[in-house]
Amino acid sequence: MRRWGGWSTVLVVSLVAWSTLPVLWVFKMSISDKVDLFRSRPVLVPRHPTGTHYATVLGDPVFRAGLANSLLIAGTTTLLCLVLGSLAAYPLARLRFPGRPALMLGFLAMAYFPTVAIIAPLFKQLRSAGLLDTYPAVIAVDTVFALPLSVWIMVAFFRKLPAELEEAARVDGASVLQTFGQVIVPLAVPGVVTAGILTFVFAWNEFLFANTFLFDQARWPVTVVIPSYASVHSVDYGAQAAATILVTVPLAAAVLIFQRRLVEGLTAGALKG
Amino acid sequence: MVLPATAFIALVAVFPVLYSIYLSFRSATVTDSGHWTGLRNYLDLLADPDFRTALLNTTVFTVVSVGLEFAVGMPMALALHRRFRFRGLARTAALIPWAFPVVVSATMWRLMLQDQVGVVSWLVRTTGISDRPILSDHTSLLVAAIGVDVWKTTPFVALLLLAGLQTVPRELTEAALVDGATAVQRFVAVTLPMLRPAILVALLFRTLEAWSVYDLFWVMSDRQLPSLSTYVYSGVRVSQLDFARGDAAAVVVFATSLAIALGYLLIFRTRTAEEG
Repeated sequence: MRRWGGWSTVLVVSLVAWSTLPVLWVFKMSISDKVDLFRSRPVLVPRHPTGTHYATVLGDPVFRAGLANSLLIAGTTTLLCLVLGSLAAYPLARLRFPGRPALMLGFLAMAYFPTVAIIAPLFKQLRSAGLLDTYPAVIAVDTVFALPLSVWIMVAFFRKLPAELEEAARVDGASVLQTFGQVIVPLAVPGVVTAGILTFVFAWNEFLFANTFLFDQARWPVTVVIPSYASVHSVDYGAQAAATILVTVPLAAAVLIFQRRLVEGLTAGALKG
Repeated sequence: MVLPATAFIALVAVFPVLYSIYLSFRSATVTDSGHWTGLRNYLDLLADPDFRTALLNTTVFTVVSVGLEFAVGMPMALALHRRFRFRGLARTAALIPWAFPVVVSATMWRLMLQDQVGVVSWLVRTTGISDRPILSDHTSLLVAAIGVDVWKTTPFVALLLLAGLQTVPRELTEAALVDGATAVQRFVAVTLPMLRPAILVALLFRTLEAWSVYDLFWVMSDRQLPSLSTYVYSGVRVSQLDFARGDAAAVVVFATSLAIALGYLLIFRTRTAEEG
């Protein structure tokens, strides 16, 4: 047992190193000047730390628009998923009706769906609807593919709430919708927050749909901007490093703050049911 | 109340799949549904060397990266399952690579693999493993893409398996301990069977995700390394003359994903039945 304990410490230390060292190295690149970057023997600590790469990236209007577009697309998607998702999750958690298992299975199957399989018909349909190269196109498709995950997480959380509270509300004469809005939703805040963060991360990271349905770089989210940035400024390695760090900061912060809830939500979504 | 969500999903996901299958048997373009051509698009696919390369790359990528992720993820999960200080920290660390957009982790690793400034290239050169630029050769690009995928998702696989481990009642493993079972015996006979649902979920999820790999190949290789999904994309979006062929490739991705999922479900069900 003791030997295994020692091994597990080694494993945990390597896990932390595994996850953070590459990111720290890229951070180091982002604050290194050209001389340090191109040294034939890599240096561990930059001799003249500099913020110029961040200034370059933040001074680029396409990158700034990318951040704003990502915020808009991911924010709207999250909002839609929470409204539609909580409406769907409540009856799925509480009521027994025919077709319920099939619906839950359908939602789950969506989470495994290879999205590339439908870009051709969607491209055609969006084109004839005049929606190609618009925000609503990307938001609608993102919402559809994020919705199942939010429904699953919220169903898992709603199930844990005591049913007596709802019965009490009903005895007091509240309608189903009133019970939902005034009793369930406030109690379910932790579940809704978890679903919201995961949906936001999913939508913030989405690339295929945005890259397929948006043409004008003024509407590109940051995930589409970054690879094109790497192609255009192909030798400005410092700026590329700074760009990747800027995009990951909000995500790393969310992970650090909501670590416990995220793990709970992800595993509830994946394993229970 | 369930209706809005369900209707929305059916409209945007289920209908396009059927439409996609319908179009794959026609000489469709972006603007026109064309006429019936039977299996023509599929025969074109098989005859296209680019498609065969994409299929091979995707197969190698899926088998090797999912295999490695489980080989490394399982011991990680077992280590995380033990009670120790800083367990929260370790779980947070595991989530970090997962939370990054694929394009961002690909760009980060591209910088480290880069010939002039990349630390990995430098290591590979000074240790004498190879002195060819990594990002210019298809084989080394595929190896690099596998490496980045393993880096990004192994901790996540470990977390999914850990969730499964936490559902195994401690009494069971303790009883086995009392009966004199060794650590390996306890793992194989007690833990592993109880872990089956978690393994199925993680395996299903990871295999299907790897099978439709797109952004990683796209960014790592600066669009040079084809996968099934990038093949679909170039047909549908880049060269719109190949719309129908791209669509047929998309149907292939869908059908093979379905087959993979059913295959896993079947294997896991038979195993359970055998052991009663």
